[in-house]
Amino acid sequence: MLEKLLPNVDWINMWEAALETLYMTALATGFTFIIGLALGITLFLTSPRQLWANKLVNWLTGAFVNIFRSIPFIILIILLIPFTKLLLGSIRGPDAALPALIIGAAPFYARMVLIALREIDKGVIEAARSMGAKTSTIIWKVLLPESLPALLSGLTVTAVALVGYTAMAGIIGAGGLGTLAFQDGFQRSREDVTLVATIIILIIVFIIQWVGDSITSKADKR
Amino acid sequence: MIQLQNLSKTFVTGNGKLVAVDDVNITVDTGEIFGIIGYSGAGKSTLIRLLNGLEKPTSGSVTVNGQQISSSSGQALRSARQKVSMIFQHFNLLWSRTVEDNIAFPLEIAGISKSKRTERVKELIELVGLKGKEKAYPSQLSGGQKQRVGIARALANNPEVLLCDEATSALDPETTDAILELLVDINKRLGLTIVLITHEMHVIRKICHRVAVMEAGKVVEMGSVLDIFQKPQQDITKRFVAQINGPEEANQTIAHLVEQYPSGKLVKLVFVGDRTEQPILSRLIKQYQVEVNIVQGNIAQTQNGAYGTLYLQIEGESLAIEKAIQYLHGQDVQTEVISHA
Repeated sequence: MLEKLLPNVDWINMWEAALETLYMTALATGFTFIIGLALGITLFLTSPRQLWANKLVNWLTGAFVNIFRSIPFIILIILLIPFTKLLLGSIRGPDAALPALIIGAAPFYARMVLIALREIDKGVIEAARSMGAKTSTIIWKVLLPESLPALLSGLTVTAVALVGYTAMAGIIGAGGLGTLAFQDGFQRSREDVTLVATIIILIIVFIIQWVGDSITSKADKR
Repeated sequence: MIQLQNLSKTFVTGNGKLVAVDDVNITVDTGEIFGIIGYSGAGKSTLIRLLNGLEKPTSGSVTVNGQQISSSSGQALRSARQKVSMIFQHFNLLWSRTVEDNIAFPLEIAGISKSKRTERVKELIELVGLKGKEKAYPSQLSGGQKQRVGIARALANNPEVLLCDEATSALDPETTDAILELLVDINKRLGLTIVLITHEMHVIRKICHRVAVMEAGKVVEMGSVLDIFQKPQQDITKRFVAQINGPEEANQTIAHLVEQYPSGKLVKLVFVGDRTEQPILSRLIKQYQVEVNIVQGNIAQTQNGAYGTLYLQIEGESLAIEKAIQYLHGQDVQTEVISHA
């Protein structure tokens, strides 16, 4: 029945491609979380009247974030080909997509981290200072826990965007469902392959969104 | 305990310089509850933040328990802050932590071990009357309960000074009284020095020993709460005292009373301290041939004793009335004849 409806779909290939997409998304989300958090915290703490208020660092970080957030992803991949080659020795396969995915997504996430941190009640930071807390204590015990729901919902949005990025990276041969849909589906006119790849991507996105939403609401004690 | 010397703080804003605190000199004794009252913008929030180094003075010095806070920084300042804790108008609890974890937070900062933290948190929860709420999150508490958590948190590291930044301004009158009672209790039990800022004279009246009145960054009047209530000098102080005594209302009433009691003399008595507890009135009636009607009166308790006003109508022979009034003057009771019939 399924074979008649979708004659060209090779389920083993499809499964492998889905795993590659998941692999790229998971790893890129992990690195994006760490780098984006570091960038976002730097942006927040160096802004005026904050603990590390520093115009130069703030401007430089802001410029970096804005530049990489503004470059269309498909162009960013091409621009980063020499860098990827230098780093991994190859520009094909899921690992080769990671630098571009992370550099594309981390600045995007950094902005969301900044917004999340700005939402924290200033009084709570002042209270921690009045207790004699060090800046590192304030970061780990006040800023991160108090903004956790916003950090998590931002990460969910970023992870969903990253699924889309992996599909774009697929066009230059990164592997995953994007490559499958483009090379096997589009270029060889096998619409059923494209359709199934799309449906699997949708399922992945829905699952990420659902998991992200439920973790976020669980973390929110307000 | 606390010395403020020629303390000034100027902020540079977009529209030029703003002098928030202007040449303030205050000494607060150990174990004292010292109030600073002023309208918003008077500079009292800045002043209290100078006491724990959250703000740095432009000039002058802040010394707390022998340590100069205004020139401390880094680890020295952070250690000092553990002995000068603070509670806030909006409580500033971490919503992500339970009641017990909020109270444990300053202990974590001080590097206290887990088992000692648990023990101390238990004591503090008992002290502020929050038993049964240990696992609750701040969002599940009322305003008064949140401030109790704030107080427990502030007391965690056994501070010498407690700074209260409009600690009751976000609470309803009944809860305000309960929190003020808790502060007095802590002051007495732990010998803690308390500095509080407020715009409510009620708070000053209820718990402070001494008060400083602030206007436009300057301390315009300072003294014991009883003195300030009894003989306010500055207009602004009179306005604050009127928050409690309600003079306009009283003036209206007096006009009404003069109409109502046209005979004899209408006398206003102001009692202070022990005088409120002595039977001046009964002696007055026994010793002099006069009739006394109590027209109106009130007594307010302060930390230095009671303070009361009483309006009397005295009727009788004019000579007897004269003598009676002289007796009152002789009794160290502030007496004012309001109307002559």
